[in-house]
Amino acid sequence: MHNIFVYCEIDEGQVADVSLELLTKGRKLANELGCKLEAAVIGHNLKGIEKEIYPYGVDVLHVADDKRLAPYTTLAHAHLVVDLFKKIKPEVALFGATSVGRDLAPRVASKMKCGLTADCTSLVFGDHKDNKSGKEYKNLLYQIRPAFGGNIIATIINPDTRPQMATVREGVMKREISDKAHKGSLKTIKTDEVLTDELFPVRILERHMEKKKINIKASPVIISGGYGVGSKENFELLYELADVLGGEVGASRAAVDAGFADHERQVGQTGVTVRPKLYIACGISGAVQHTAGMSESAKIIAINNDPKAPINELADYSIIGNIEDIIPKMIKFYKQNTK
Amino acid sequence: MSFRIIVLAKQVPDTRNVGKDAMKADGTVNRGALEAIFNPEDLHALEQALLIKEERKDAEVIILTMGPPRAANIIREALYRGADKGYLITDRKFAGSDTLATSYVLSLAVKKLAPFHLVIAGRQAIDGDTAQVGPQVAEKLDLPQVTYTEKFTEIKNKEVSIQRRLERGVETVSTPLPALVTVHSSAANCRPRNAKLLMKYKHARTISELQEETKDYTEMLNNKPYLQIDEWGVADIEAGEEQLGLSGSPTKVKKIENVVFAAKESIVLSSEDNDIDRLMKDLIDSHVVG
Ligand SMILES: Cc1cc2nc3c(=O)[nH]c(=O)nc-3n(C[C@H](O)[C@H](O)[C@H](O)COP(=O)(O)OP(=O)(O)OC[C@H]3O[C@@H](n4cnc5c(N)ncnc54)[C@H](O)[C@@H]3O)c2cc1C
Ligand SMILES: Cc1cc2nc3c(=O)[nH]c(=O)nc-3n(C[C@H](O)[C@H](O)[C@H](O)COP(=O)(O)OP(=O)(O)OC[C@H]3O[C@@H](n4cnc5c(N)ncnc54)[C@H](O)[C@@H]3O)c2cc1C
Repeated sequence: MHNIFVYCEIDEGQVADVSLELLTKGRKLANELGCKLEAAVIGHNLKGIEKEIYPYGVDVLHVADDKRLAPYTTLAHAHLVVDLFKKIKPEVALFGATSVGRDLAPRVASKMKCGLTADCTSLVFGDHKDNKSGKEYKNLLYQIRPAFGGNIIATIINPDTRPQMATVREGVMKREISDKAHKGSLKTIKTDEVLTDELFPVRILERHMEKKKINIKASPVIISGGYGVGSKENFELLYELADVLGGEVGASRAAVDAGFADHERQVGQTGVTVRPKLYIACGISGAVQHTAGMSESAKIIAINNDPKAPINELADYSIIGNIEDIIPKMIKFYKQNTK
Repeated sequence: MSFRIIVLAKQVPDTRNVGKDAMKADGTVNRGALEAIFNPEDLHALEQALLIKEERKDAEVIILTMGPPRAANIIREALYRGADKGYLITDRKFAGSDTLATSYVLSLAVKKLAPFHLVIAGRQAIDGDTAQVGPQVAEKLDLPQVTYTEKFTEIKNKEVSIQRRLERGVETVSTPLPALVTVHSSAANCRPRNAKLLMKYKHARTISELQEETKDYTEMLNNKPYLQIDEWGVADIEAGEEQLGLSGSPTKVKKIENVVFAAKESIVLSSEDNDIDRLMKDLIDSHVVG
């Protein structure tokens, strides 16, 4: 039986959130197929990294540790992954849909001549019968993804090529430790034997990375503001509500573009996907690109002064009125009625 | 030898403006009603090529698109903005291609235009939305790739430096040429059409288009050969048929569902105190908050 594989990305010396989410998913898929979960980490100064990874249920961890492998460059990482795929022949291979994963996965898929599905929102096994040849397939990976600007949802399969490759955005899958005490086996890739100078044509001259500060995905309550909030000052109302409710502040792209909030808070197709217990959309009209990132929230409240705003149709509660009036009332009632 | 830049551009339905008139009665998208446009990030890609052309007198910008006959429109749009020549890669056998098959076709067409210095693509197309074609063309041509380009910071004969826009920062890299780069939407906007070039290329046509217009065009093309947009099919790029279209595509679309904007039961409240109080009480009682 061939295994499930996850490419683990390193972010500021730690395994990236999206990779841990993929490991969680990968573990479940491996259990369903009754196979192993394998992963690879490629970078530098990776000593002890397995301690972070094993609890997610990884059975075999491949590590390539070399000064030349961090920061990420395309050809070297692609070469190592392709090499590994030729050896371990995975059934399924998952990558984060990040600036690294989306640079790397297509290059690998092209070399392997196998199918790659971008930005999947759901991955499940299912059967398939090819209508033309009549050939039947068991346990193909159904790779479900939005396309066409979020207006359609496609189920994509790769019947005949392996691995079945997919990328998934951060925040789409849940992250869960499967067993704190789990231990896998470590396989060291001998980088000196495989890396040649030709794999490093692109040289990094300069890098300015901002520290990761805000992580709204993890918050059970998200108060999101849109262009209708009107100003950066009015956004303070949202922070205040988030503060009392124990939540985080999100934003629509129009609000980010207007400078009301940082890009890290953007929810939607080109921002993060969130699924909190409660999502309060303030002054957000409800464009598909926005709702793509929040429609799975357990409860949705819309505050909008336009009764016809599309967001109202998605909401469990729509409050028709101005945020300037409504939010202070919510804060007041909450403060008075909880300890 | 000129400094040859090949821009890859795709014609796409304008999925950003799925307005009410583009919705069918059942709440699904009527794709036929969407306008066919120049993929937005490909305009940013074209602009990068045109900026290099301003800097280097020896630069030549060639636009390449694979698509149905009407995709000739975006070649004209590129000519109006300063591209020197365009090729339409079109053949029924290309229909149904996934990103692997698409990048195979594009890489063969690019090879036919060798020697070149740069291939510039957009980061992502707004219909398929995969951002896979750029890196896959690079792999097929065995070129280094630089994705998410924001600007070129230095152009030399055999090397360029590029500022990349990443999720949480910027990175400046250098790459030897030839190379493939993909351009991010944070790069400079494309310039508008140029009035003189619009006059010059207004009648630029593919031979198929001319034949449809049933005018005698031989004289026109003899006098103004630049008005011909070349068309290449399977034979012209010497493609292996098994690597094209559905048979050359490892991914298959099993099912497509339109996102239906169905109205679900929703409680409408006013901004009156008692409405807000009732809502907050509900939330606290059901432990959604608190
Ligand atoms: C490729 C692509 C990707 C995109 N990705 C994203 C994405 O990731 N996330 C995203 O959010 N958008 C995204 N967009 C943009 C999206 O299409 C919309 O333009 C955007 O979501 C609109 O933001 P908004 O609802 O805040 O603004 P608007 O559409 O301008 O809505 C403002 C709303 O506020 C209401 N309002 C005004 N004043 C008040 C008041 N005082 N009190 C209460 N309500 C008020 C108005 O009635 C209106 O409904 C993307 C677009 C494209 C093309
Ligand atoms: C609903 C749906 C879902 C799909 N999902 C997948 C999938 O998950 N995996 C997959 O492999 N295929 C998928 N496809 C097929 C894919 O859309 C096509 O292969 C398409 O031709 C290229 O992919 P793209 O639109 O994503 O382009 P992208 O990879 O996003 O395009 C990047 C850049 O490549 C260049 N480029 C792309 N196409 C052309 C062209 N025809 N001519 C010139 N330049 C071009 C442009 O510069 C463009 O900006 C899907 C198609 C549909 C309709």
